[in-house]
Amino acid sequence: MSSELQQLYQQIILEHAKLKHGAGLAEAPNGDAVGESHQLNPTCGDEITLRASVHSDGDERTLSSISWEGQGCSISMASASVLSEMARSMERDELMKLVDQFREVMRSRGSLEADEEILGDAAAFSGVSKYPARVKCAMLAWVALEEALLAAN
Amino acid sequence: MPVVSTPTTLKHSAGAIDNTEVLRIRNDFPILNREVNGRPLVYLDSGATSQNPVSVIEAEQEYYEQRNAAVHRGAHSLAVEATDVYEAARETVAGFIGARTNELVWTSNATEAINLITYAFSNATAGRGGEESEPFVLKQGDEIVVTEMEHHANLIPWQELAFRTGATLTYLPVDDDGALQLERANTVITPQTKILAFTHASNVLGTINPVETLVAMAREVGAFVVLDACQSVPHLPVDVKALDVDFAVFSGHKMLAPTGIGALYGKAELLNAMPPFLTGGSMITTVTMEHAAYLPSPTRFEAGTQRISQAVALAAAVNYLQETGMDRIHAWEVELGQRLVTGLEQIDGIRVLGPGAGSERIGLAAFDVDGVHAHDVGQFLDDKGIAVRVGHHCAQPLHRRLGLIATTRASTYLYNTTDDVDAFLEAVAGVRPFFGVK
Repeated sequence: MSSELQQLYQQIILEHAKLKHGAGLAEAPNGDAVGESHQLNPTCGDEITLRASVHSDGDERTLSSISWEGQGCSISMASASVLSEMARSMERDELMKLVDQFREVMRSRGSLEADEEILGDAAAFSGVSKYPARVKCAMLAWVALEEALLAAN
Repeated sequence: MPVVSTPTTLKHSAGAIDNTEVLRIRNDFPILNREVNGRPLVYLDSGATSQNPVSVIEAEQEYYEQRNAAVHRGAHSLAVEATDVYEAARETVAGFIGARTNELVWTSNATEAINLITYAFSNATAGRGGEESEPFVLKQGDEIVVTEMEHHANLIPWQELAFRTGATLTYLPVDDDGALQLERANTVITPQTKILAFTHASNVLGTINPVETLVAMAREVGAFVVLDACQSVPHLPVDVKALDVDFAVFSGHKMLAPTGIGALYGKAELLNAMPPFLTGGSMITTVTMEHAAYLPSPTRFEAGTQRISQAVALAAAVNYLQETGMDRIHAWEVELGQRLVTGLEQIDGIRVLGPGAGSERIGLAAFDVDGVHAHDVGQFLDDKGIAVRVGHHCAQPLHRRLGLIATTRASTYLYNTTDDVDAFLEAVAGVRPFFGVK
């Protein structure tokens, strides 16, 4: 086993791939703006449908629910699970920024060190950025959330 | 001046291929000496694309260094030489599959060859062929029949043809094990069937389909037969005349040649009656501002400057295969295929698609690993220098039918040893433990 492979499949990723936090599409709280997005990776058939809702209180907009269903490799499933845990109760615009930061690390081909302070458990995916063929797997849920949030506007 | 090298395997004995001979064969393939992720490359993805021997690479280089010119035009010496090697290549490749020279049309790949057929039908239906193209006219109520195991390349062009002409696309289903349900063929192939298109050997299941039986059924209803020979022509002896199909297609890059070249075989009387697909320079006789008249096959279907170096290289690949012997290559790959399946069946949590050990299959095996996605399997194997294909292998309907989304496929060729297969099997045995699946 190479260290790169261990780096890619960190224990936290393998665990999340089994736990699948947020799996199973749930109803959004009444009165909140809901958005949904379906994302597909045509090369392997991985797919995810993600639902997110935003609660508005004056100027404050926070994520009030996130749930998803889908199937795919351990990277895509773990990524959806980690995202579901992190996103709960986050401020909407902060969440959009987080998606951008995650994307930047993923696209860096290993040149960017993920900041654990900001990305939390999602920093475990930084090993994925060295495998260009797998970046789409890691991004699947994040792109879905981004689209769902835009739809929930 | 570089000399085109003779494959070192030329002096093969009449006996079966063994590991010793494969080790000699491997010397002809420079890429097989490289390392991947610090491990020697174990290349088991020839079903997707094969590697090139030095003789093929040099044939292409020699063409560019000595003869490069536009063919079938110009009177200078280089143009004559280029035309000669280009047409000689056609003769070689046509002879390889038992076709006459005017029955082999160059295409970019098998996908383009199938599209060529479908657009010829389409153009005939639009009235672009005169009386002789009447047999290719499709109308509402006509049926095009494929199978449920087709590669997307032998499915989507037919879907599109059906949409354009009003014909109906139907298919021969497969059973739970992926075998063609031949007992249903009589109800699927009907007097309305105008085209029967199917794969000779499945790129996922490894099965060889009963061409003779299917051709007989098509003949009974007067349907044209189109054979996808992508996984057969590179791996076993194929004689299109003996098979009596109307059309057959294959790709060069799956048979030791470069990308960008493939071929369409068609019976001469059919090709000469079909309207062209791509039109333009080189495929015409007389052109006015209003009309054009077309050359006979194969030139009729080769508009524009052609893939000359690739055709020359494909002929070199065919020479390499013939010198090794297609019977012998097939026998060796059958052995590797059986070793793959037998080994995979012994690993916990593995489901092999298609026929089990002991049943006929070509030298490939696609499989599902319970609890581990194919992408993860492929990544794990790549870390050990083992190259396999993961995904739906361009056969989504077949995977859906078998209750799967993505699988892993190992596919062999004449340059694979039994050690390659064993290294692969040992690695696959480590997949589920690594991902913590019991």
